[in-house]
Amino acid sequence: MKFGYYPGCSLHATAREYSESLLTLVDALDVELEEVEDWACCGASSAHSTNHLLGVALPARTLAIAEGQGMENIVAPCAACYGRLAGAAHEVNADPALKEKVAGILERPLDNTPEIINVLAFLQQLLPVIQDKITKPLEGVKVACYYGCLLVRPHKVTQFDDPEQPESMEQVCAAVGATPLAWNKRIECCGAGFSLSRTGSVIRLGREILDDARAAGAELVVVGCPMCHSNLDMRQGAMNKGQAGADDLPVLYITELVGLALGLDPKAMGLHRHYVSTKPLLDRLSTALVASEGKVS
Amino acid sequence: MTHHEHGPALTREIRSRTGIEPARCYQCGKCTAGCPMAMEMPTRIQQIMRKIQQGREELLEDPSIWICASCEQCSGRCPQEVEPARLIDALRELSMERAPGSAPRRIGAMHRAFLKQVKLNGRMFEVGLVVGYKLRSGAMTDDVEAAPGMMVRGKLALVPTRIKGLDEIRRIFEACEPRRGADEETP
Repeated sequence: MKFGYYPGCSLHATAREYSESLLTLVDALDVELEEVEDWACCGASSAHSTNHLLGVALPARTLAIAEGQGMENIVAPCAACYGRLAGAAHEVNADPALKEKVAGILERPLDNTPEIINVLAFLQQLLPVIQDKITKPLEGVKVACYYGCLLVRPHKVTQFDDPEQPESMEQVCAAVGATPLAWNKRIECCGAGFSLSRTGSVIRLGREILDDARAAGAELVVVGCPMCHSNLDMRQGAMNKGQAGADDLPVLYITELVGLALGLDPKAMGLHRHYVSTKPLLDRLSTALVASEGKVS
Repeated sequence: MTHHEHGPALTREIRSRTGIEPARCYQCGKCTAGCPMAMEMPTRIQQIMRKIQQGREELLEDPSIWICASCEQCSGRCPQEVEPARLIDALRELSMERAPGSAPRRIGAMHRAFLKQVKLNGRMFEVGLVVGYKLRSGAMTDDVEAAPGMMVRGKLALVPTRIKGLDEIRRIFEACEPRRGADEETP
């Protein structure tokens, strides 16, 4: 299987483990990702927040290049990039005058915009292959699936899952043997791009999310967004400080979790790059795995 | 049919930029109820919607419009499909053009520093972003302890990656320049 691929800026830097786990995983699944040539930043929140046309034109350039490469779809693992690419595709398709204007700015044809696929839809499509390759099912691992905002919203753009009660991440986690928990903060915002410019808000929102996940009995939080990850992982020290019962709660990319069930090397997937150590979890998993393997033999 | 001509100037401007009729909002308050940033906003989203209907120009200088995290919860839940998050974007765009400098210093600094990097490299360069942000915001000592941790984890590139199509990126920025007025430091 082959998909178009837009890594986005975060996967080359702060979300390096997201890139490493995704690429390790697709390699194990014999899935090929063809990168959009010379892709540029999607503009993230800064473009659409300050200049609407720029917020459409920047991601539209990626759509046009992918179209030129003959891509039918583009996998965008970063939820924010996904939102911008899918949003731009939605806007130009809904407004012929805008489409013409943007194509004129780009000086590129913009006709058949490819389908934009988020990480959850991507993994759902691959589930049959994934399930064939599970060597270490994550039995008994209690996970809190955290969607945040842009994997499911706005629904008219994403046309994906139920925006209020999504199930796709739980389905992927359950398919690799984990136990997804019912909890309340699955689609609440983590503060997104305010990590630097309004850190206090990110701490407040992240603390509420983590507290709720802990109360539900989670031993880890699963995410599909570099901003959610950096806010909940890198800022977790500040969130937990002085809070009774606020034990470290590892935050894993969905690609890392699936990779673990496939027995892929945690280091190759970048699990050592997290701020909240994943080691206790990995130790516990390997103990449990050894025990279950013992039972089998 | 959308009537672009009726109502106060600000209402007309927002309607024409977004194609959304602000008058459709009937003040149910669902947007504010689900807003994660409401408690930090001097003017909450339901009140912002009312002020758009009333054409209250002071909205362009209200920090509340910048405190929105663009989480899209309000747009998803609005029973009238007025898309408050889209209207907030239009308010911010207008604010950049007509009331430059009214964004809270750090948030404005972040947006300018972010777009500057995109214009320079075609992609984000985090070290450049942080330096640019600190110079603009004056928040020189924030997070100084975070950098070594990011280096150790291999999460910071030391040199920017520049795309080949930089001319095209710069052309896009130029073509998207605001219609009138501009922030003194439009990236």
